[in-house]
Amino acid sequence: MAKIAPVPEEAVLEDVRLKAPEVSLEQAAKLGGVAGIVAVFVSANGMVQAFAERDIISGILSMGYALLFLVPLIIAYLAAREPPVLEGFEAPQKGPRNVVAGLIVGAITGLFLVLFVLLASAVNLRRVFINISPQLLDLLTFGQGSGGLVLLAAGSLLMGAAGGLTQLLEAKWRRALWGAVAWTLLIGLLEVIVAQLFRGLGLNVLAPFFYAGTGGLTPVGAAIVFVIAFLYYWAVVPKVNQWQHAYAQMPAERQRSVRLSAVVAAVIVVAVTPQVLGPFVSEVLDLVGIFLLMGLGLNIVVGFAGLLDLGYVAFFAVGAYTTAILTSPASPRWSPEMSFWAALPFVILAAALAGIIVGTPVLRMRGDYLAIVTLGFGEIARLLLLSDWLRPVFGGAQGILKIPNLSIGPIVFRTPVDMFYPIVGFCLLAAYVSWKLKNSRIGRAWMAMREDEQVAEAMGVDIVEIKLKAFIVGAVIASFGGALFAVKIGSVFPHSFSLLVSITVLVLVIVGGLGSIPGVVVGTLALVGLPELLREFQEYRLLAYGVLLILMMLYRPEGLLPTKQWVRELHEEELMQDAWLKMEEDRRRAQAQAQTSQGDLPPAQPEEA
Amino acid sequence: MLHLKNINTHYGPIHILRNVNIEIYPGEIVCLLGGNASGKTTTLRTILGMVRPSAGEIYLDGERVDGLPTTEVVKRGISMVPENRRLFKRMTVLENLEMGAFLRHDHEGIQEDLERIFELFPRVKERLHQKAGTLSGGEQQMVAIGRALMARPKVLLMDEPSMGLAPVLVEQTFEIIQQINQQGTTIFVVEQNANMALSIAHRGYVLQTGRIVLADTAQNLLHNEMMRQAYLGEM
Repeated sequence: MAKIAPVPEEAVLEDVRLKAPEVSLEQAAKLGGVAGIVAVFVSANGMVQAFAERDIISGILSMGYALLFLVPLIIAYLAAREPPVLEGFEAPQKGPRNVVAGLIVGAITGLFLVLFVLLASAVNLRRVFINISPQLLDLLTFGQGSGGLVLLAAGSLLMGAAGGLTQLLEAKWRRALWGAVAWTLLIGLLEVIVAQLFRGLGLNVLAPFFYAGTGGLTPVGAAIVFVIAFLYYWAVVPKVNQWQHAYAQMPAERQRSVRLSAVVAAVIVVAVTPQVLGPFVSEVLDLVGIFLLMGLGLNIVVGFAGLLDLGYVAFFAVGAYTTAILTSPASPRWSPEMSFWAALPFVILAAALAGIIVGTPVLRMRGDYLAIVTLGFGEIARLLLLSDWLRPVFGGAQGILKIPNLSIGPIVFRTPVDMFYPIVGFCLLAAYVSWKLKNSRIGRAWMAMREDEQVAEAMGVDIVEIKLKAFIVGAVIASFGGALFAVKIGSVFPHSFSLLVSITVLVLVIVGGLGSIPGVVVGTLALVGLPELLREFQEYRLLAYGVLLILMMLYRPEGLLPTKQWVRELHEEELMQDAWLKMEEDRRRAQAQAQTSQGDLPPAQPEEA
Repeated sequence: MLHLKNINTHYGPIHILRNVNIEIYPGEIVCLLGGNASGKTTTLRTILGMVRPSAGEIYLDGERVDGLPTTEVVKRGISMVPENRRLFKRMTVLENLEMGAFLRHDHEGIQEDLERIFELFPRVKERLHQKAGTLSGGEQQMVAIGRALMARPKVLLMDEPSMGLAPVLVEQTFEIIQQINQQGTTIFVVEQNANMALSIAHRGYVLQTGRIVLADTAQNLLHNEMMRQAYLGEM
């Protein structure tokens, strides 16, 4: 008989539970380098200095410092986080190691910044990097000269430690703390909206209490906002799940009444929003709404049908110019002067035609090729509008002026506040159409085509038909945006329809989450609304879009508010790995158990015979 | 039932199929054998109308179907299990099956067929709301076959069902093909694995660089000298 394999000892069984990896200090050092480079970059490109003009908390914290020190804080937080713990593994103990990781990030960032200041004060870099000004260096050293370098390093180290320390907190406290910090910064930045809100609600007395008047919150106001936000995250947010559960438990009738009251509340909020927020914020909201319309349209083309259209602005232009030509008395003599509503069917018709014109030649194209051809179409549209040849129709670079205001019967929508309502109306219509289409037969066919065009065709899907339909629906929705844009501004110029519009819309759809309707809303608010409100931001808008896109693709490719399907797809690998490791471990455990329970019986040996 | 008459197909200037004649009778399993690039997949694509033949005619139940768009061909009762299964990976298993019945509007019939597929593949029912991409190769094969059956085809085309599957699964797949055939579906299967295909088929055709070089009953083909040397791996 062959030699019997030794029976594993008890200890082996105990040890089956594997330990998950700890926080890696090496990784922290690498991330520290990243944080250092980012901090130096935002300083050298002028962001810190430009943002320093605006206070978040009056006299204490400017937006520039906030930007600079948020870098080590956030990256230290990420560096101090344990790697994800797979199922069946034991999570490591939290402890000093987390804080050390944070400190490493803070120290390296500080070092980079100090070296940067030293280099910049020793060598004149301004010839190449025009934003590295003496004022910037002053800012970075807190106006203290070389003594400020110590402050700079210490501040960075402190932020690193803070980022690491938050990892030691319980999840509930951590979320509350970060939420409170985020809200304080946001409320500080959005003085325009909040102060106007106080004014609109007749709470004018509150404004000076919260805002210093020179921009930014008062220290007391900041403290109040912080505490309220903290309590909200600490006490209210954990309850949301319970409420959802309670709602699901309600009888159908009560559910309906809850839903109804929610709708009524939403309608009231929407109705009073522009009145309360005043013309400036309404103007921003109108712009957000128009981009939202385009986002919803592009979401159908790219998100549902998977057709990457980079010339989407063409349809926006078609809507705007058709409206302008048909309604404006300043347009060519042969064109009529209709009302907006009479022109609308023609706008739809023109957009559908444009959809067919762009869609037909690209029917047999996919992916990159489609993107490049549509990009070309977008530029062609702009150049046609600009051309001298078509000046009698489109007015060339001078565009078309005197587009009359939108009106329904005696009601005329003149101001941005008025325009808010029709824009919201069209957005709701577009969202409803999107939602309906998504769950329809054609929505299914679009999805199948996105997954595998040839197989979809073999299932009997008429690829030509549904591709054209995607282009047409997308074009019509964008043309509504264009039509509203034209009547809102009162004039149209070719330069309003640049490639940048296409890119902005695409970015907001991707950031929000491809194929997800709420995602588009959030994406638009964040990418169109915020930069409009933060003037300092305008110059760095494209930089921010680029950075955001890269980060999204790396860390959250499903978008901010994704559809469930996407999450499944993109985090699949992790899940699979998880399942595999668990299986492997179960197998080991079962094996060990089988061997011990068999006691001294020899395990089967293949070579035995 | 399905009759290809003197079919010639071109991809641009390249002549792929040359005077292909294939006849499939109701209730049969017919296999089309051939090596790489012999034109097997093109034959299926031509039948489905995804490529138009440059000459020749295709009849389904005596009606001409060549030149019709794919949608129309599928409607008339031909469906396909594509090579490598090619499920819609980000859609659920149920959605995949429903896509198979895309052109049908008889709600009850669709439900009936779903039940029938669950009977055939109990595993599929367990995975109904899982995403198709997460299934194992064998399970994907079941869904792909189920999806094609959801069209309730008169003739089921299968493109290399053995490709990329473990030997055990290949055997299982061919058993299932036989079972489907016994339930009344005519099957036209394209394969490189000649041994396996001939073991279940009634008749077979051999395609070589776009030409049919042999056509006989499966039994005869299995014993044909040339076949044995070229495809069955015997010296």
